[in-house]
Amino acid sequence: MIPASFEYIRVDSTEQVIAGLAEYGDEAKILAGGMSLIPLMKLRLATPTVLLDAGRLDDLSYISDKGDYLALGALTRHRDLETSDLLAKECAVLRGVAAEVGDNQVRHRGTIGGSVAHGDPASDLPAVLVALEAEFVVEGPSGSRTLASANFFKGFLETELSETEMLTEIRVPKTGATNWSYHKFNRRAQDWAIVGALAFRAQDSSRVALVNMGSVPIRATAVEQALASGASHAEAADQAAVGTEAPEDSNASSAYREHLSRVLVKRALDEALV
Amino acid sequence: MTTTTNPPDFSGGPSPRGSILGNAVRRFEDPKILRGEAVYFDDLSPTGLAHLVFVRSTIAHARVTNIDTREAETMPGVVAVYTHENIGLKPNVSFAMLPDGFARPPLANGTVRFVGDMVAAVVAETRAQAVDAAEMVIVDYDPLPVVVDPEAALADGAPILFPDLATNVAIEFNFAEADPELMAEAEVVVSGRFVNQRVAPVPMEPNGIVVEFDKEKNLSLTVPTQAPFGVRDPVAKEFGLDPEKVRVRAPAVGGGFGAKSGCYVEYLVAISAARQLARPIKWTETRSENMLSMYHGRGQIQYVDMGLKRDGTITAVKVHVICEAGAYPSVGAFLPFLTRTMAQGVYEIPKVEFTSVSAATNTTPTAAYRGAGRPEATAFLERIIDMAADELEIDPVEIRRRNFIAPEKFPLTTVTGANYDVGDFNKALTEACRISGYEELRADQRSRRERGDTVELGIGVSTYVEITAGGQFQEFGAVKIQSDGTVEARVGTSSHGQGHATAFAMIVAELLGVAMEDVRVVQSDTALVPRGSGTSGSRSLQIGGSAIYNASVEVLEKAKVLAAHLLEANPDDIVLHDNARVGVSGVPASALSWADLAAAAHDPTRRPAEWTDDEGLMSELDFNQGDATYPFGAHVAVVEVDTETGRVNLLRHIAVDDCGRVLNPLLVSGQQHGGVGQGAAQALYEGVSYDSDGNPLTGNLMDYAIPSAAEFPSFEVSNTETPTPLNPLGAKGIGESGTIGSTPAIQNAVVDALSAMGISHIDMPLLSLRVWQTIQDTRAK
Repeated sequence: MIPASFEYIRVDSTEQVIAGLAEYGDEAKILAGGMSLIPLMKLRLATPTVLLDAGRLDDLSYISDKGDYLALGALTRHRDLETSDLLAKECAVLRGVAAEVGDNQVRHRGTIGGSVAHGDPASDLPAVLVALEAEFVVEGPSGSRTLASANFFKGFLETELSETEMLTEIRVPKTGATNWSYHKFNRRAQDWAIVGALAFRAQDSSRVALVNMGSVPIRATAVEQALASGASHAEAADQAAVGTEAPEDSNASSAYREHLSRVLVKRALDEALV
Repeated sequence: MTTTTNPPDFSGGPSPRGSILGNAVRRFEDPKILRGEAVYFDDLSPTGLAHLVFVRSTIAHARVTNIDTREAETMPGVVAVYTHENIGLKPNVSFAMLPDGFARPPLANGTVRFVGDMVAAVVAETRAQAVDAAEMVIVDYDPLPVVVDPEAALADGAPILFPDLATNVAIEFNFAEADPELMAEAEVVVSGRFVNQRVAPVPMEPNGIVVEFDKEKNLSLTVPTQAPFGVRDPVAKEFGLDPEKVRVRAPAVGGGFGAKSGCYVEYLVAISAARQLARPIKWTETRSENMLSMYHGRGQIQYVDMGLKRDGTITAVKVHVICEAGAYPSVGAFLPFLTRTMAQGVYEIPKVEFTSVSAATNTTPTAAYRGAGRPEATAFLERIIDMAADELEIDPVEIRRRNFIAPEKFPLTTVTGANYDVGDFNKALTEACRISGYEELRADQRSRRERGDTVELGIGVSTYVEITAGGQFQEFGAVKIQSDGTVEARVGTSSHGQGHATAFAMIVAELLGVAMEDVRVVQSDTALVPRGSGTSGSRSLQIGGSAIYNASVEVLEKAKVLAAHLLEANPDDIVLHDNARVGVSGVPASALSWADLAAAAHDPTRRPAEWTDDEGLMSELDFNQGDATYPFGAHVAVVEVDTETGRVNLLRHIAVDDCGRVLNPLLVSGQQHGGVGQGAAQALYEGVSYDSDGNPLTGNLMDYAIPSAAEFPSFEVSNTETPTPLNPLGAKGIGESGTIGSTPAIQNAVVDALSAMGISHIDMPLLSLRVWQTIQDTRAK
């Protein structure tokens, strides 16, 4: 497959990206790993006329301890998350889920910012960030703003990001979570999740999130509330599909996804919250 | 009796030395491939090359009311745009047994019949320019009713693909009147409807062609094909050329699995364009294009009845097959014939009634795919006998043993006309049970059930016999000693990943005593090899290898005559010495090297007077085996089925395949591992599907789930060795056994896991959704 013709611009700074977005508007796309964008372009489902390659913005690739939160540069590769000592100590769940993304090659290329900005509900990382109550720092022509992950994802491949903005940093509050479990149900190891179920115990609450159970990554609040009011894992897991709008495709009917979400949440709860 | 790593006794082999045959010799081919140095057709960029890209139909069935190429013609770099009007090609009949009415216009002539049917071809200076211009060809479609399901295609009032024929029936096989007494001896009849689903071949290298012209302006084609002469002859015929003036080469080829056997109409379009433009042209398929255009495999709906006595003895089998032929019926429409041939399988079955009908549908055409009609036979037999075992409460291993054709019955002709050469089916099954620990597995299964484990264990058995080298019993082979004492071996088979250069060099080295490195195997080029049927149907070692074997024997005989003449000795006293010299027995010091002998053979003053021609020390012949061989084996699959989610996990797969005498165990096990993986893929992952409008739902490798190594355990492959008497190597084919034995074993294992729930069958692919849904439906009953 050959993409439609486009202009390729390698940018050296965040400012250049913002300037580029201001100049080209919705004609431009930021290349931040390209693990989703390039296949779409090859199928000509996406036809940006300008690609702003942010791949060498090394100053946006970091994992730092900021006291009560961790700061992750948007260009941090999945592989860096997967192997981070800091994450092992402070946010093992994010480290562990990053290891489940795609395959080795994908994890060496793909970035956390790219995954978040793409807004695919079948992606692994957005769901864990929503459950962690992460914040997203966004730069635009009129400065920067910080958005709550809970409000960031608007629909399938749709986020709060405007076409002139760039996601630069992900801030993850320290939850103290050490026990976690992620059940990714897929056909092949390299595939997207048919359904993913994540559970971990933060200091004061149980967090549960679902992958590919709607048009956005989902926080399973009904499950969390049931747990908070003393329900058993089985009783709480029964609430997994409440409020979801599970998609239907060749891998799964909606009913099957709902069933899977209950089974997988139960397994994740048993594994993580012992 | 079991796997052997000792050199087998190659009867007819000359050697008092340690034989190389039977040893795991590493493939010569691999270093180049692994270093990226092997040359594939797409690596070629001859001077003046233009690139061709097809405009393919996005509608499954439609009248083409207009094709507007004007804008495309003005696009940058565009050289020409072709449609049916100006490509100058006749409708193409790809398989002789089919009615001419199914002929395919290479570029659509007023009607498109599947998504992927070609409407136009754009030639441009670069591939990207051709892709861009192809997007600008505006095609107006007037949709026609679509039929995707082959049973629907045969129903009254179905949309007809070729109205002149007034039917979608491509071929019917019906060899005898229905026997009303067929099931008369049966005490129980088990019945099933099985879908052997359509799969895509997905060779790692997609299809394509480079068309060039030599200095005399003759056609020179480089094609990733399994059969260079199978491309050359139809091309020569289409363009009215002397076949000798058309050269076809297959360079390194990245797999074929049967789908690269024929002469694709895409080749003809590229050639016609190149001839019109008088410049070289390359067409290289993308993966998404490959999923539409390369002929698919399998695609049978099988209605099966098996009659048995209560003790498990089979009395009769009745089968009706509906085969998906696709939009332009080709060899796939014929394959139920091979399914019929193998419908008796490994069992004593007194009566077999088989009928089939192959139907045209608005889908990609079907053709041979790794096993080609025989896996489908094993699949229904092994499924129905398991259903019978379940019904009669006989262990699946035991019911098979009660029905096997006994070893002393060979050779024999089955009721469907297959001439089984030699076999010992229980030997392979017993070995597979021993390796798998069959009884322990059953005990594990019972204990899981007793403790109410939601993860069930399933054990699946399949036994099979198949046809290799069917139809094409003859092959060209030549061996010649070069002036430097090295050997050139030419052969009409055409390796595309199998490692023939290694295997054939082993044979020459064994017989002539030369180092394997000193044997150059020449294949896959119609200018260098005079004839050949290529590589398909698991034929190459047994037919091509035997040709090389016999030619080597002849060369050695000639060398002995020559050496006797030169040494003034009796030819009966001449031997091949351990030092690879030919001379008088017991006198290695005076013996002659192959270089000496090659020089003498070309020297009229030194060679025997009756050697009037100057061909040198060589032999050129055709080996004819006279019939097919019938490899067999037994597979045991062990699966876990998570009854809460429907997920199947293949824990173990044991394959005991008997391909006769094993020449190179490394090559054999490579075929076994690859074949088992591909067969497991059909059981668990793969399946081409369309929506009711004929839109492909599995058009790329995200949706079409070919598994990777991550999905499988390491397969436990081994062999029993029952040599065939039909060729000097004792060899049968191994290329397709893996896909024949593994698929039903795995399907049976999944059903076995769920049999306690009352589930007796689930169609493939056994995706978690389907397994879960079946469990739900069964529980709801």
